[in-house]
Amino acid sequence: MDFLNALVALSNFVLIPAIAYGSQLALGALGVTLIYGILRFSNFAHGDTMAFGAMVTILVTWALQAAGISFGPLPTALLALPFGIIGAAALLLLTDKFVYQFYRRQKAAPVILVIVSMGVMFIMNGLVRFIIGPDDQRFADGARFLISARDFREMTGLAEGLAIRSSQVITVVTAVIVVAILFWFLNRTRTGKSMRAFSDNEDLALLSGINPDRVVMYTWLIVAALATVAGTLYGLDKSFKPFTYFQLLLPIFASAIVGGLGSPVGAIVGGFVIAFSEVTITYAWKKVLGYLMPESLEPDGLVQLLSTDYKFAVSFVILIIVLLFRPTGLFKGKAV
Amino acid sequence: MKKLLMATTAAALTAGMANAAGHSEIKIGVILGFTGPIESLTPSMADGAELAMSEVTESGMLLDGASVTPVRADSTCVDAGAATAAAERLITSDGVKGIMGADCSGVTGAILSNVALANGVVMVSPSATSPGLSDAEDNGLFFRTAPSDARQGAVMTEVLMEQGLKEVALTYTNNDYGKGLADAFQAEWEAAGGTVTISAAHEDGKADYSAEVGALAAAGGERLVVAGYVDQGGSGIVRAALDSGAFDTFHFPDGMISAQLAENFGSEIDGSTGQHPGTDSPGKELFAELVGDAFDPSSPFTPESYDAAALMMLAMQAAGSAEPGEYKDHIMDVANAPGEQIFPGELAKALEIIKGGGEVDYVGASAVELIGPGESAGNYREIVVEGGEITTAKYR
Repeated sequence: MDFLNALVALSNFVLIPAIAYGSQLALGALGVTLIYGILRFSNFAHGDTMAFGAMVTILVTWALQAAGISFGPLPTALLALPFGIIGAAALLLLTDKFVYQFYRRQKAAPVILVIVSMGVMFIMNGLVRFIIGPDDQRFADGARFLISARDFREMTGLAEGLAIRSSQVITVVTAVIVVAILFWFLNRTRTGKSMRAFSDNEDLALLSGINPDRVVMYTWLIVAALATVAGTLYGLDKSFKPFTYFQLLLPIFASAIVGGLGSPVGAIVGGFVIAFSEVTITYAWKKVLGYLMPESLEPDGLVQLLSTDYKFAVSFVILIIVLLFRPTGLFKGKAV
Repeated sequence: MKKLLMATTAAALTAGMANAAGHSEIKIGVILGFTGPIESLTPSMADGAELAMSEVTESGMLLDGASVTPVRADSTCVDAGAATAAAERLITSDGVKGIMGADCSGVTGAILSNVALANGVVMVSPSATSPGLSDAEDNGLFFRTAPSDARQGAVMTEVLMEQGLKEVALTYTNNDYGKGLADAFQAEWEAAGGTVTISAAHEDGKADYSAEVGALAAAGGERLVVAGYVDQGGSGIVRAALDSGAFDTFHFPDGMISAQLAENFGSEIDGSTGQHPGTDSPGKELFAELVGDAFDPSSPFTPESYDAAALMMLAMQAAGSAEPGEYKDHIMDVANAPGEQIFPGELAKALEIIKGGGEVDYVGASAVELIGPGESAGNYREIVVEGGEITTAKYR
């Protein structure tokens, strides 16, 4: 019984939140890593692209809700997701046409593109705030819980409750589907293969007749889809506030770099590594250990390695350790 | 002829001087931040204080018909140097007998230690709430009609103790307000025999508080005290705690209590408690009637400003002197029981009672009760959430 209680407490406060957060980070990091691999620069505007996509999704969700359309127990935002992707794709293609294309033609150094992407970030940031405002927005609807802590306690008779929010399940399921489609696309389709070829060796790819403009366009389209899905899921699971997406940029980059920039598998693993370390290192283990240990050994303190204030610091420490010992990341990406 | 003229002039002069002695003028400084961060609040605060002064002047009861004249000065709220200079001017060049002010805690402390102490002038602040001012060296010259922030910690402890709770978890917003309140509460709570299982800060403006709630839940406790803001991280913490089933009931200090709270959580937080400054004293309504449309009587610290000025003048009457060194000892007497209760608009009556040798218990617009080193006990409304509504449990 004690063992079950420990397991449930651990799942409720560590495993489930970390898996959901890890999926969101992984989706974000996939976008960053694709741009790095194919377009060859670190896109700092990615967090705000997520915010923009999520914003369009929210606006469409509100319109659907006002029109009385709902998606049963699932959040209406999932119906609005395609519109959000289209909106984000339009924004990214326009930015590419008016900003990045110019620098690409000049064969600008990656560091210049990084600075350019920062400028783009601030503009997108302002755009989102201008349209939807800087405040928290609520757009979640449908069933809130798959199982609530109180129901779980009544069902099982355990002392600990286990809450599974529907948004967490949706996040994980959607992330799995999106990643499956992405890998199928990159490995099985002609366009996907040409993108990988372009990423591996640009000159060779051009010589073999791959159209670079098409590759760039597909990259942006995929990035728009990934960013919007990640942004919307994060907003559904937590809350939508433009500033938090800006902050999310840091753990996302940490995930991508830890996994190895340019490596899609690495981005996913990196997302989960960062998410799990943030949650487990700042978790107070008192309760779980209290269940597992014999009474005489029960801890008096909280058994918390780091106060939750230092949550963001954790991702940076991991980042530094990885860069020191494995500069290309866990999955042999490109050197940063 | 010439002699006669001189004699008449002399007589007229003497008469004039005698007249002046009979209707002497007492100046009281009103030093508030008319420029700076709280400049939107100070005009009505000053109006409140000056209303009390004109009420007393019109009554003609104070010290055999003395008139009270306000002299305004700018404390800037943040610039201690400018505030000190302004207070210096009030005392040395205007010759004020007391200072109604200052407003912000920082400049109030600066004026107190640099000017008021050195010149022996009484200060009554309507709005400085820093706990630090309770222990400041003041030679009995400093009073305030606003409660110290530490007071809320004590009230919170009473509320929770009365419900028979022993162990609470505590989270606070990571700024001076949250940290100060959390520390004050923890000290009071532990002194009263309670246990704080964890005291953890949370940052405002985050999307996700599951890590913070995880730590709070691991520490456990019968109730979660959330010293935060309802439109910021405080609500995020409550949401995450409810979602994960970590806590069912909460305790909310003033920053959390608003209509927004009930709107956000409704009946999910039934059984939660809280407290925020508030009073059911009739003084508040009487003050609003007295003010009419002249200025906004419900603006923060405006009733306290009226009370601060009134207390000083009543103490002068009780001492029979406008000298700060003499009337400073009477402020506590007129503010507290025993005696007849005095509400706004009844200053003339109070002056008359004191003149007749009676005692008054000044209640005023903000239900003044001075405790400890001469600061307001403050009045708090204890609330409980029932059926998704914030309801009043009682006033304390």
